[in-house]
Amino acid sequence: MVILTMDKTFILDGKTIPFEEGETIMEAASAAGVYIPHLCHHPEFKPHGSCKLCTVSIGGRLGASCTNKAAAGMVVESETEALNADRRALTQMLFVEGNHICPSCEKSGNCQLQAVAYHLDMLTPHFTHFYPARDIDASHPDVLLERNRCILCELCVRASRDVDGKNVFGIGGRGIKSRLIVNSASGRLADTNLSVTDRAVEVCPTGAILRKRHGFTVPIGRRLYDHHDIAEVPVAGMKEPRSS
Amino acid sequence: MFNLETAAHAANLRRVVIEPVSRVEGHGKVTILLDAHNKVHQVRLHIVEFRGFEKFIQGRPYWEVPVMVQRLCGICPVSHHLAASKALDLIVGAKQLTPTAEKMRRLMHLGQILQSHALHFFHLASPDLLFGFDADVATRNIVGVAAVEPEVARKGVLLRKYGQEIIRHTAGKRVHGTGSVPGGVNKNLSRAERVELLGDIDTIIAWSQEAVDIIKNLFIDHAALYKAFGRFDSNLLGLVRADGALDLYHGGLRATDGQGGTIFDHADYQNYYEYIHEEVKPWSYMKFPFIVEKGTEAGWYRVGPLARVAQCDFIPTELAEAERVAFKAFDGGAALSAPLGYHWARMIEMLHAAEGIKELLLDNDLSGGDLVVRGERHLRGVGVIEAPRGTLIHHYRVNEDDQIVSANLIVSTTNNNQAMNEAVRQVAMQYLDGRALTEGLLNHIEVAIRAFDPCLSCATHALGKMPLEAELIDADGSVIDRLCRDTV
Repeated sequence: MVILTMDKTFILDGKTIPFEEGETIMEAASAAGVYIPHLCHHPEFKPHGSCKLCTVSIGGRLGASCTNKAAAGMVVESETEALNADRRALTQMLFVEGNHICPSCEKSGNCQLQAVAYHLDMLTPHFTHFYPARDIDASHPDVLLERNRCILCELCVRASRDVDGKNVFGIGGRGIKSRLIVNSASGRLADTNLSVTDRAVEVCPTGAILRKRHGFTVPIGRRLYDHHDIAEVPVAGMKEPRSS
Repeated sequence: MFNLETAAHAANLRRVVIEPVSRVEGHGKVTILLDAHNKVHQVRLHIVEFRGFEKFIQGRPYWEVPVMVQRLCGICPVSHHLAASKALDLIVGAKQLTPTAEKMRRLMHLGQILQSHALHFFHLASPDLLFGFDADVATRNIVGVAAVEPEVARKGVLLRKYGQEIIRHTAGKRVHGTGSVPGGVNKNLSRAERVELLGDIDTIIAWSQEAVDIIKNLFIDHAALYKAFGRFDSNLLGLVRADGALDLYHGGLRATDGQGGTIFDHADYQNYYEYIHEEVKPWSYMKFPFIVEKGTEAGWYRVGPLARVAQCDFIPTELAEAERVAFKAFDGGAALSAPLGYHWARMIEMLHAAEGIKELLLDNDLSGGDLVVRGERHLRGVGVIEAPRGTLIHHYRVNEDDQIVSANLIVSTTNNNQAMNEAVRQVAMQYLDGRALTEGLLNHIEVAIRAFDPCLSCATHALGKMPLEAELIDADGSVIDRLCRDTV
């Protein structure tokens, strides 16, 4: 058991949050059962800090809670009107930048992007849709790559590299032309060494990487976010909340 | 070319447009060309919406299709959900569903028949039937019905609500659920859910019987009008069970001519294209299907409640069967070719749906746990179902990577395209020809269309096949120049 001393705490939205040496604000908040919206963060993988949804105010300075270390006496604000407005705008930009058609998406109800949007009270896309022309790669016998739904969080890149040891996925291109690419000469998923049991297949927060032929097998009402806000649903791999 | 489809010399004629056609699903218009003496020269029902489902599902994974294509419609999405699922059952090699899966789907479908038929009869059609076709337009609507006949309106609303509840329990949502998947379903019905739904079913059956009585009595009390209004003979098409019974979920194709003679029977719908072809006309986004054996001029047909009740050998539920017998016997079969006979047949089907729902809810198979079967993969499948508005055909081909390669949807209202045009032409000649037009007279045209309960938004699928034809005509009607692009 880890013994927490009072000097290893910080203040998050008025609450005292204990932390362990080396923990990020996100990790400490999660361990204390406090939700900070995020999409590219996953407790199993090295922080990425790219989606910026978890941005908090640290002593008046903005920073990603998934990459900033917790420090004693720190005063952090997360649930403010201004920060949530920024998060909502970021989420809206993610929606319009891709092609996220929730009504026919098999990830609906289990999708973190959709759940975060609900959590942030995102009622419209607000921005003009880009409707980008993106490919589907259905070449793999067991895995579908649906690039229309990719938000470039790189969780699959990290999972394939760090857990599966395969480096199947990467991000190619620059700026608005950035896209998920796969590690094969042909550019086809079928020609990589990806296996349907790889961690990279399971970790996608949206419907971009899917196990084939499993869509819609979970009925409405039994999906992850049907009855619970994403803030109430623990992420697999997240540390158990500490008792303080 | 059909009578009144195209005027010989359109240039000098007056054009009357009914747009939008109201109290139907979707958006359409009717154009009528009249001469200086109000003689009718041309009548067309146009579908002015444009959809593109057959195109934009290309490339999508096949298991997404039952959920995606149901977005064609917000009234009977279950039909598309199930027709697509039936086609994909064959693609995943599920030749025979488990009893739980088939009965869950049948229950979902009957729930939809109930809610859709109730919606049409009470919300859309009853203002015409109860108040008269040329009644004051200010009261000729569901609000007017609620004011004058509050019990009728209330029962209509609650009948629809019950059907929607059946759908919610079987599909997960009242509209656009996900209950049916290739090879089966994703949920069963718990005993508690069945008990909950059984609580109201006897009332629903009784109210459905009352609805049949309303339309039956209208036929009896106004026989001359109801028999003759827009009347025409046509071929009929629909599914029947192997023993000839009415079966709205599955069966073989039966087509009969206007005199009851068989054109084909128990035809395997996997080969539907051997029996039915589609014609495209330059003035409509809706295709014109016809029975191949009879050709484009004589091969058009009616589908839907009237065709089904007229063609089946019997209805396998007691109360509805008694009503079918009365319907067919009415005035020597006069209701069978009357467009308004659709309302009567529709209510008989609603009664059948209510009875069928009770039968299914009492069946323990609904609570079984075996939901999905799979078998040898195939690359092609056709699913056909009797949707509330008629025979609905979904045809898909997939590739080895599980993507949809091509799709063809022949939607119920499309099947009725020529028949609806025929009905409005008959009514135009009966009521409009040579007379000064009034709103009430023009509503007669809409009454004829409404009888078919068309879903115009579902029915526009001419993507990529539209012919273009342009004619330059002088004031005397002589063609000066003509350009034509044929269909693909």
